[in-house]
Amino acid sequence: MLQKYANPKRFLTLANSVLPWTTCATVILIVAGLYFAFAASPPDYQQGQTVRIMYVHVPSAWMAMFAYAFIVVASAVGLIWKHPVAHVGALAAAPIGACFTLICLATGSLWGKPMWGTWWVWDARLTSVLILFFLYLGFIALANAFDDSSRGEKASAILALIGGINLPIIKFSVDWWNTLHQPASVSKIDMPSIHSSMLTPLLLMGIGFTALFVTLVIIRVRAELASRRINALRAAKIHAEVAGG
Amino acid sequence: MTAFFALIKRDIRIALRQLSDTLIVIVFFVISASLFPFGVGAEPNLLARMAPGVLWVTALLSAMLSFDRLFQNDFEDGTLELLVIAPQPLWLSALAKIAAHWITTGFPVLLVAPLIGIMLNLKPEGLAVLLAAMALGTSIISLIGALGAALTLGSRRSGVLLSLLILPLAVPVLIFGSGAVEASIGGYPVSQQLLMLSGLLLACLVLCPWGCAAALRIANE
Repeated sequence: MLQKYANPKRFLTLANSVLPWTTCATVILIVAGLYFAFAASPPDYQQGQTVRIMYVHVPSAWMAMFAYAFIVVASAVGLIWKHPVAHVGALAAAPIGACFTLICLATGSLWGKPMWGTWWVWDARLTSVLILFFLYLGFIALANAFDDSSRGEKASAILALIGGINLPIIKFSVDWWNTLHQPASVSKIDMPSIHSSMLTPLLLMGIGFTALFVTLVIIRVRAELASRRINALRAAKIHAEVAGG
Repeated sequence: MTAFFALIKRDIRIALRQLSDTLIVIVFFVISASLFPFGVGAEPNLLARMAPGVLWVTALLSAMLSFDRLFQNDFEDGTLELLVIAPQPLWLSALAKIAAHWITTGFPVLLVAPLIGIMLNLKPEGLAVLLAAMALGTSIISLIGALGAALTLGSRRSGVLLSLLILPLAVPVLIFGSGAVEASIGGYPVSQQLLMLSGLLLACLVLCPWGCAAALRIANE
């Protein structure tokens, strides 16, 4: 199964047949999610209208972690089975994951201002998402730092594996640090078990964001494979000209 | 194992011949730490409060200066290729180079750290724990840094890139390292933090030489 789609051509056939479905799912789910988020769900009794930020913020946080997990798995597959498309997939997912992480941080900060009275606190969760963002940046920078692109994708795959192992350790140590330095200076709002009128848009947006992620990854992988093919064709043409002339 | 110790000896000898490379790390450590009183004011209590964090952050940053040459010269003159095809497993060679790196940069930083601690008004009861935590912490930094150096070998702008890769991974070291010193100043038990640092060191000892070896193989393809 895995080996079958190491062939870019076969992968593209599959990707092209999946793409319309994921695109439709993205549009429908996010539109429905936004409708429920803005029109059909009540404002929170404590937070008022600002609770609606949650419908973008929480799914982005999910996607930030999901995309990194995807990169780690794809990198492992790429390294272990020397799977070329897996490497391309990991590189394609990285900027998307970084964007989700940034959206998560930005919306969190916008939400924090009215709720906590400050744009940023060194809360354990915020800090670990910030470090996750740095890990994304490192991965992207390393992948693009070599003239030889295959070197870059292998080096960044090793980095992703190490980062994947390190991420729980960082998360744990940041939690520890937070309890050590900041004994509840910010009283976080306890989430009561969430009401279904809020859960519906949240889940819709979550699945919609996942579909968006899959769609964007497929588009980026397709573009990368096409650009490699163009380069290969160009190189072949130059070779033919040199040999012929 | 002869090759292992021979490699350590060779790297130390090279470091001694290019002493300025080692000295620059120490000088940077001292200078950057002594900038803090200018920045935040020389009030003794404030300095004492900040000393553990300042020591750890500056030690980490000064170590960044030393990693770009860890494999670079060997990569350029072909020594690395010989290490890759040598009968000794590559992770063991990588470990030898990391050990030599720690002896030539981590250990001197360790020696200077109490001095800077005293200059920053760190309480004397924190010094012993500072030394213990830094001995563990600098070894971890050497291991993680070597991994970054191996990954960025032959890349463009490897120096900046290296910091971007290593610093986020070094966050736990910073947390437990300065946590240990702060706990000892406050009179709390420090064993938890030191045990966590030891655990991190063991994990890095397993992972980083392996990652280094994989990265060095890719660099030599």
